[in-house]
Amino acid sequence: MTVAEVFQEISAADFFYRNRDIAGFTSPSRAVYSTIRELIENSLDACETIGVPPDIYFRISHEAGPIDGPGTYTIRVEDNGIGIPGSVIPSAFGQVLYGSKYKLRQTRGTFGLGGKMALLYGQITTHSEAKIISSTGLKNKITEVALRIDIQQNRPIVLKSKSHTNKRHWRGAIIEFKTEADYSRAMSKILEYVKQTAIIVPYANITFVDPRGRLYRFLRGTTKVPKAPTETSPHPHGVDVETVQRMLKLTNAKTLQKFLRKNFQRIGETTASKFLDYAGIGKKKTPRNLTPDDIVKLVNAMKNYEDFLSPDPSCLSPLGEELLATGIKKELGITDESIQDGTAFVGTVQRKPSTYGGFPFIVEVGLASFKGISTETRILLFRFANKIPLLFDEASDVSWKVVNDQIDWRNYKVVPGETPLAVFVHVCSTKIPYKTVGKEFIADRPEVEHEILNAIREAGRDLRLFLSKREHLAKEKRRLDVFEKYLPKVAQFSTKLAKQKKEPDIRPLLKSVIKYGAEEEE
Amino acid sequence: MVRKRKSKSVIKERKEKVLSALRNLGGQVHGQILKGEFPSFRMPSRSISNILYDDKVRQYILGKRTVKRSARNVRHLRPFTQLLWTAMFVDELTEQNKTSTLRDVFYSAQAYEMDFQDQQESDSLITDLETVSAFSREDFNVYPEERSAIFGDLTVEYTIPGYEGRQLNLTSHPDGVMIGPALTTAEFVRPDKKKVDKVIAIEKGGLFTRFIEERVHQRFKAVLIHTAGQAPRATRFLLRRLNQELDVPVYIFTDGDPWGMHIAMVIISGSANAAHLRDLNTPDAIWGGVWATDIVDYKLPSSQLTDLDIKRLNELEKDPRYAGDLWKREIETFRKIRKKSEQEAFSRYGLTYIVDEYLPKKLKLKSN
Repeated sequence: MTVAEVFQEISAADFFYRNRDIAGFTSPSRAVYSTIRELIENSLDACETIGVPPDIYFRISHEAGPIDGPGTYTIRVEDNGIGIPGSVIPSAFGQVLYGSKYKLRQTRGTFGLGGKMALLYGQITTHSEAKIISSTGLKNKITEVALRIDIQQNRPIVLKSKSHTNKRHWRGAIIEFKTEADYSRAMSKILEYVKQTAIIVPYANITFVDPRGRLYRFLRGTTKVPKAPTETSPHPHGVDVETVQRMLKLTNAKTLQKFLRKNFQRIGETTASKFLDYAGIGKKKTPRNLTPDDIVKLVNAMKNYEDFLSPDPSCLSPLGEELLATGIKKELGITDESIQDGTAFVGTVQRKPSTYGGFPFIVEVGLASFKGISTETRILLFRFANKIPLLFDEASDVSWKVVNDQIDWRNYKVVPGETPLAVFVHVCSTKIPYKTVGKEFIADRPEVEHEILNAIREAGRDLRLFLSKREHLAKEKRRLDVFEKYLPKVAQFSTKLAKQKKEPDIRPLLKSVIKYGAEEEE
Repeated sequence: MVRKRKSKSVIKERKEKVLSALRNLGGQVHGQILKGEFPSFRMPSRSISNILYDDKVRQYILGKRTVKRSARNVRHLRPFTQLLWTAMFVDELTEQNKTSTLRDVFYSAQAYEMDFQDQQESDSLITDLETVSAFSREDFNVYPEERSAIFGDLTVEYTIPGYEGRQLNLTSHPDGVMIGPALTTAEFVRPDKKKVDKVIAIEKGGLFTRFIEERVHQRFKAVLIHTAGQAPRATRFLLRRLNQELDVPVYIFTDGDPWGMHIAMVIISGSANAAHLRDLNTPDAIWGGVWATDIVDYKLPSSQLTDLDIKRLNELEKDPRYAGDLWKREIETFRKIRKKSEQEAFSRYGLTYIVDEYLPKKLKLKSN
């Protein structure tokens, strides 16, 4: 007897629901961290798209259950981003979508999947709806929608929808829903996440009210927002068979040569022609008629062809040396005065764009040293990818390897464990080479590793100057301390020994050692 | 009864010199600061290359090389200050006639936030002060642990507080009188030549006691001194004073081995460690024995020289202090017989043999 297996088609939403573990929703504590993270990242993206300094407010309120264990919480996140047109709100939040375009640019999330995952998780753990309020600004109305996701059908169920006039021209989005969370366990990670976000997004105001009503405010240090990334077509080195197959289905191009030119960056008439000769596929072939074998052959040829120009970095949006320094200074509490008087150091370096496997990337690095940095963990490492802080699995990250194994810090006058030092590494790419689906640490791709190494070395040169100067100053101070300690005693003892009454004035001597510096006899 | 005249106010005069040396140092530094200068002074270098043997004074001395200690130099400043503190400290000690040990100096400094890193640092500063002032630490009333003793028909007069003017005859106590700060600073009451005409320094305590029992001090008109091994500085200083102030010869009796020989030599010619100091040696003192040739002549019971003994012998052979004929001969004999004997070895011929036979013969020596 055979058991007839029942095959069922599952929706995208259902798929994510069943695989919520890989999206970072493994437990109530991890889930609340992931929820906050995904929503904040969506909000930041929504602001940066239109070049607006973000004002993010979020609140986690305790609703039911123990305060020190898993319970029900309300999450509310507000931003001043681009906003969502009222008509699009239901599908934007209530439907897990695949994008139909294959354009690339650096963003934090991918198609907003994480945000939807957060809503899904909230819905299945609390059986309640989500409330979304948004406006695209100016005189456009404010739309308020209450919805649930029909998981099996992958579509929104709108429970309530109404519009208000927008007298104050408000623009942005507010999202609020209930979810199961273990805030007490997630607290330290959430705070760390926000603090580090404030470093890498120094132009954002972030306000957070925690379940006990405590207010955390991270104020922006600048209103400059980095240039938004431009969308680009994929680079031929960075696509796979599935992607190319879909692109072929959608194209209107009549010939393969035209298809390449229109759908890929860095391919013109000549390159397309040379490449197709190399691939051994007819230029005039109709894209839609390519056989699966042809497609595999085409994609393999793309991977191996070496004469394509490098990927276009205009789809990247790095922070820049100035903004990175601003973020580091404000969150570490380093003042410009302390930098001027030589007690603190902040140095940032942005490398030129580079590529790996068809994807452009840029590495930015910051080094900071001042006495407020803890030396307990030797060198303090902060990792960021596409303006997102990476908080887990530090020791598996390529930056950790570079900082701890490859740099000989003695060359920069750093004594790990003694010299206070924080290293900030920011990798921007249209595709961050994460090692695992958890997206918490970056793989040691040689190209990326090389760039990080060189960036730290470059920034290290200034650090070395700073530390040498400090060493010199400290030595000078120790020297003066010796004079200040002992000269008065010399005066005192000699007076007593000589049976004199009045101690001679040692101030001129003290003054001269300060004035003439390190000049010494024998 | 007529009170016997004191030899001289040797101790009192010396103390005044010590105090004035210390105050000169203070005055120099004080004056330099007043003039707006960084205080500094020069002193002889104590580095090994600057330690020379001087045939004339028959002891090691420091050469011409000097070092400058300046408060201008940040590396010198701490030891410079410590030196002044030490000078101030011993000035008070000397003035108040109080004595102190090296260990006291180390701890007293802490009250002035002048802590020394360790005992060695404070010891070496005392040595610096000795070098600067050319007086030894005993002159500053800083004494090491005492272990030597003296016995004989000599009267001393104390100068230490509480005992000033009090006299003591050194036969008062049958075990001998300990040579401590009080005795070192005592004046000698000029003795009758008929009672004392020589000094005998003895390495071993057992023999010192035997000599007292056998009334050597009366029979040979001798002041007996127990050095207890290598003679402490205070004892060496006392031997020199006895030699010079009483104008009597000093005889030294040690074990018959390279180490005993060197105990005698340090009394005679001083040590390299004290090259910066004078007045600690007795150049005319006579090493009476036990010689290597005595071991042969008296057929003394003996034991083999060890490798360490031979090594020491080789070192002494190269030492300029051992240039004299007697010394050369004895080193050679030791080398030849490869034997050594203790002072007690004479007991083989009866307990009094050493006093009855050996000693009279040796006391006829006029010099080495």
